[in-house]
Amino acid sequence: MSSRGKIMTAIKANQPALLQLPDVQMERQLPEPSAILPQFVKTLESIGGKAVVINDVAGIRDTLEQSRNGQQYIVNTLPYLGTVNTEVISGMHAGSLEPVFTAYIEATLGVAENGSVWLYEHQLKNRLLPFICQHLVICLHAHTIVPTMHEAYEKIDIAREGYGVFLAGPSKTADIEQSLVIGAHGARSLLVYLITG
Amino acid sequence: MDPKKFITLYRTPNPGATVSHSKAAELFIQDEPRTDWHDETLWFVREKRDRAVQQVAEWEQLRELASQIKDHTLSNLHAYLTQFEQQAQANGIKVHWAADALEHNNIILQLIKEHQVQRVVKSKSMLTEECHLNDFLIEQGVEVVDTDLGERIVQLRQEAPSHIVLPAIHLKKQDVSETFHQHLGTEKGNNDPQYLTEAARLHLRDKFIQSQLAITGVNFAIAETGGFVVCTNEGNADMGAHAADIHIACMGIEKIIPKAEHLGVFLRLLARSATGQPITTYSSHFQRPREGQEMHIVIVDNGRTKQLGRPDFRNSLKCIRCAACFNTCPVYRRSGGHSYHTAIAGPIGSILSPNLDMKANADLPFASTLCGSCSNVCPVKIDIHVQLWKWRQVLTAEGYVPTGKKVAMKGMAFVLAHPAIYRLAGKMGRWVMRVMPFVTNNKTFNPWYKQRDMPAAPKQSFRDWYLKNKQ
Repeated sequence: MSSRGKIMTAIKANQPALLQLPDVQMERQLPEPSAILPQFVKTLESIGGKAVVINDVAGIRDTLEQSRNGQQYIVNTLPYLGTVNTEVISGMHAGSLEPVFTAYIEATLGVAENGSVWLYEHQLKNRLLPFICQHLVICLHAHTIVPTMHEAYEKIDIAREGYGVFLAGPSKTADIEQSLVIGAHGARSLLVYLITG
Repeated sequence: MDPKKFITLYRTPNPGATVSHSKAAELFIQDEPRTDWHDETLWFVREKRDRAVQQVAEWEQLRELASQIKDHTLSNLHAYLTQFEQQAQANGIKVHWAADALEHNNIILQLIKEHQVQRVVKSKSMLTEECHLNDFLIEQGVEVVDTDLGERIVQLRQEAPSHIVLPAIHLKKQDVSETFHQHLGTEKGNNDPQYLTEAARLHLRDKFIQSQLAITGVNFAIAETGGFVVCTNEGNADMGAHAADIHIACMGIEKIIPKAEHLGVFLRLLARSATGQPITTYSSHFQRPREGQEMHIVIVDNGRTKQLGRPDFRNSLKCIRCAACFNTCPVYRRSGGHSYHTAIAGPIGSILSPNLDMKANADLPFASTLCGSCSNVCPVKIDIHVQLWKWRQVLTAEGYVPTGKKVAMKGMAFVLAHPAIYRLAGKMGRWVMRVMPFVTNNKTFNPWYKQRDMPAAPKQSFRDWYLKNKQ
């Protein structure tokens, strides 16, 4: 018999009688709508990220343009922030992405309880981009922030695209004597623009 | 590799571990300041967990839900695994099945050979530790680079991880500095964690970019979608998986959850329980290989179906590997992960490991005070301390407990069952401690005294006091 067959036979022989699957809906108190944005900002800052509430994307566009005048490789994926770096595509090799200094990406939604944002593959252009860049800038429409992960999973469809990620703050580690160090393998900093306009 | 050779070389747990938990712990606690540091550091993580948990009003409801979802899943596991396989295949993922550790390793070796891969990176996966994949591949001439910082540190030192979430928690920064100086050429004596992490970042970026094949673990596999979720803080699983042409994800059969909505429950529990973070930095949802990439999943049994058939112990398969039970355990904190001589240490390891090999792991269920703190912090409500107690009975019945312990336990049971003898023994004990303290304050006759001070002997027992003072 194949290993699959052996495993399945053993499972059928050994698993207990069917138990009921509980309903994930539970009674709980959700924050006031006005408290959601402040909670997101506070949580994001507590995990090493930076939040800037901004009314107009023009402010972000100006910052991006200014940083482009320097020597660094800036990747923009958003037409409303100016010229888009169309060279960044799915098949691009890691070696070509390694020089990316800052990447600008839009997120689908934010989660107030943990300061994370959901990114679909199409928003990344390349799955490596938010990890391999030295600094990451996320644009998020403030009204998309939900209180907890339960509401987040109601809004997203994880099977829709090939890949997606909840990203919360910059890359970090505490593997050396529990000392927190920001910038392990992924981005060294995370800035989230919360667009209210 | 010949199965017999594999079993002798890499039998899970490690056959080299002829030293019992108590003997290994004795070595660990010889350095008292270091033991205290280890104890306090892990307790600090436990406190962070408490603070995170207190932020969530519905925490207990979440634990109950998670527990019930896992119980249900285990009761319908064959159907969910079948559904997961179908969905994953429809997503373009290749699914492999491995009955044991050797088959798991051979599947990976085969893929490496087929694609003539030279460079492999691996993010944290306790399953691959359990299967001794690294040793196996090295023996076959394949170099695997562990990319989690803690795992890379212990790999360079040719050690095993001592904790499933914090692999290098037994080391001080001076140790890491020395290791990096030797292997990565960092400045001698520079112990700054920031500096050392930066050195590892540069060293491993190179490995990521050049790697052809990436191995990751799986935190949750979703039957409904055929996708899987991998959680890291460092971003190393993603750096590896997205850069390489081939991604192999390894999972035990118990990693299945029925639906995407259940991720909401488990991701709220996992990082809070593990490190006190509200969520890991990256919770990556892999659904399909990217264009031009090959994606494989290896589904492993390695004793899990046997555990499923043990009614008293099956719910240990609910574990989500958060290590909250490690951080709270008074024995783990003061004996260190290596004392457990298995891939998974701590209280949960002590109830999983006897299932794999009763003889080699007969000591582990005794490495506990049965205080129950592990069960209280477990996010999926595994009755860990009850199972530790039940394993003791199974192991004794099966004859895996040393005669000395058995005789001592029988003697103790006899004394405790006979009040007159118990009172006499107490009286004698108090007299000896007062009049001849050298008998008890003696490391040869009294193992209890080895790392502890004896209490002052009271003049009378509580019973005597009570009889005198009651109205």
